Amino acid sequence: MTEPRLRHLLGIEDLSRSMAEQILKTAQAFHEIGKRPVRKVPTLRGKTIINVFYEASTRTRTSFELAGKRLSADVVNIGGSSSSASKGESLRDTVSTLDAMHASVIVLRHSVSGAAHYVARHTDAAVVNAGDGMHQHPTQALLDVFTIRQHKGENLSGLTVAICGDILHSRVARSNVQLLRLLGARVRLCGPRTLLPHRAEALGAELYDRLEPALEGADVIMMLRIQRERLGASLFPSLREYARYFGLNTRRLALARPDVIVMHPGPINRGIELAEDVADGPHSVILSQVEAGVAVRMAVLYYCATEPGTELMEG
Amino acid sequence: MRVLLDADGVERGLRRMAGELAERTRGTERLILVGIRRGGVPLAGRLAHWLEELEGRKVPVGTVDITFYRDDAATRLPNPRIGPSEIPLSIDGRHVVLVDDVLFTGRTVRAALDALLDYGRPSKVELAVLVDRGGRELPIQADYVVRSIEVSPLDRVDVIEKDARLIAVVQSQSTPTTPPPTP
Repeated sequence: MTEPRLRHLLGIEDLSRSMAEQILKTAQAFHEIGKRPVRKVPTLRGKTIINVFYEASTRTRTSFELAGKRLSADVVNIGGSSSSASKGESLRDTVSTLDAMHASVIVLRHSVSGAAHYVARHTDAAVVNAGDGMHQHPTQALLDVFTIRQHKGENLSGLTVAICGDILHSRVARSNVQLLRLLGARVRLCGPRTLLPHRAEALGAELYDRLEPALEGADVIMMLRIQRERLGASLFPSLREYARYFGLNTRRLALARPDVIVMHPGPINRGIELAEDVADGPHSVILSQVEAGVAVRMAVLYYCATEPGTELMEG
Repeated sequence: MRVLLDADGVERGLRRMAGELAERTRGTERLILVGIRRGGVPLAGRLAHWLEELEGRKVPVGTVDITFYRDDAATRLPNPRIGPSEIPLSIDGRHVVLVDDVLFTGRTVRAALDALLDYGRPSKVELAVLVDRGGRELPIQADYVVRSIEVSPLDRVDVIEKDARLIAVVQSQSTPTTPPPTP
C-alpha cells in the first residue's frame, strides 16, 4: 500500500477514495482521544497552524482551533475585522506575511470562491479550505460522512442521502455530493427550482423540486441553512412559504426510513428549514456532527502537517 | 530467516512469565495488561490466558496505539496502521504491565509510556517483552523477558504468525537474499 499524500485540502477533488478513507480512519483514533481524561497528543509539537477567518464562524473556527491545540501545535487565530485586511492589506500580502512566520498549515475561511486555491499558490504552508464562498467546505463533508459512518456503518454504498435546501449557493452541499459519490452513496438534491444547480447529472446526483419524494426511503437527511446573507429577494417569495414547502417536520420525516438520521451543518434557522421537535428529536445527530468536527479536523491537520516517511524498524 | 522461538517456545515462555508475574505481584487483583499495538496485542492476550490459568482470575487487557506519540511523529509511517487505543477501565492506582513483542531501541516503549500516562496515574508500570534484542537508544529495560539475544542492528526481529500460532524470527537484512540488480 502506497502512502496517500495530502499537500493541501482545498476541495474534495484533492482526495482519492483511499485518502478519504484513511482520514476517516485516523479521525476515529482522534475521536477516541477526545473521550480520555487528557484530550491531547504531542504529535504536532513545534508546528504552527494559523487560522485565517475572513468570514464569521463559530463552530468551524472553534473546531479547527481545538483540533490544532489537541495535536499540541501552536495555534494562532486571525479574524477579518481584527486583521490588517481592515486596513486594506491584500490577501496576497497577508499570505506572504504569514509565510514569513513559517506556518506549517494555513486554515482559510473566505467569502470568495477560489480564495483557498489562490492562497495555496502563494505559500509554502499546507492550505486547508475551511469554506470559500459558494465553492467548497471539505472538512464539513468529511465530518458529515464520519457521522454517517458512526450511525450507518463504514460502507456507504446502498445508502440514500437526501440533501435539502439552497443547494445552488451551498459549499456544504457541493463538497458533500462529491465525497458521498466518491464513497458510493446515492445522493438526492432537493430544493426550490431556483435554488437547484442546472446540471446535477454531472455531479452524479438526482434532482427533486419537491421535498416529499426526496425524503421517501432516505437513510440520511441533510438539511441546509437558508443563507439569508447570500440570497437575493427574487429566488423565493418568502421564508414562511419556504418553511411551508421545504421545512422538515415530523410528518415529513415519517416518509424516510424508520432509522433515518437528520443532519444540519449549523447554524440552524429553527422553524424555517428544520422544525423545533425534529432538530431536538431522536433522529437528530446534529450534536454528534459537532463532536466529529474536532476529530476529523485533527486528522486533516495531521496529514497536512506531517511528511510521509520511510519504513522504520520498530522497537 | 532464523527461528528464535518456535510456537511451543513462545507459549512456554509466556507461561513462565505469567508465573513470575503472579509471584512477584502476589496475586493479580490490581493488575492490568496493556499490549502495545500491534505486535504486543496478541501477546497480552496470551499472557492473560496463562495468568487466568494459574490464578483462576480474569486479568483486564487493554491496547495502546503509539502513532501520535512517536518522537518522529512529523514523518509518518509509509503504511499507516493507526488504530484506537482501548483501555477498558481506569488505570488510576493500578499495576500496569505493558506488553510488546520485541524490545529494540526503547523508543516505542517511551512513546507507549507517554500515551499510557494520558489515561491516568498507575501505581506502577512494568514492561514485559517476548524478545529483548539489545540495541537500546534510551535508558529503558524490560522487567519480564522470554528470550534475550544480541542481534545485529541491521537485522530485523519479528514476531509473526505461523499456522495460527506465534513464532519469533530473525530476518537478515545485511545479506540480501536476492542479488542486487545489475546496472
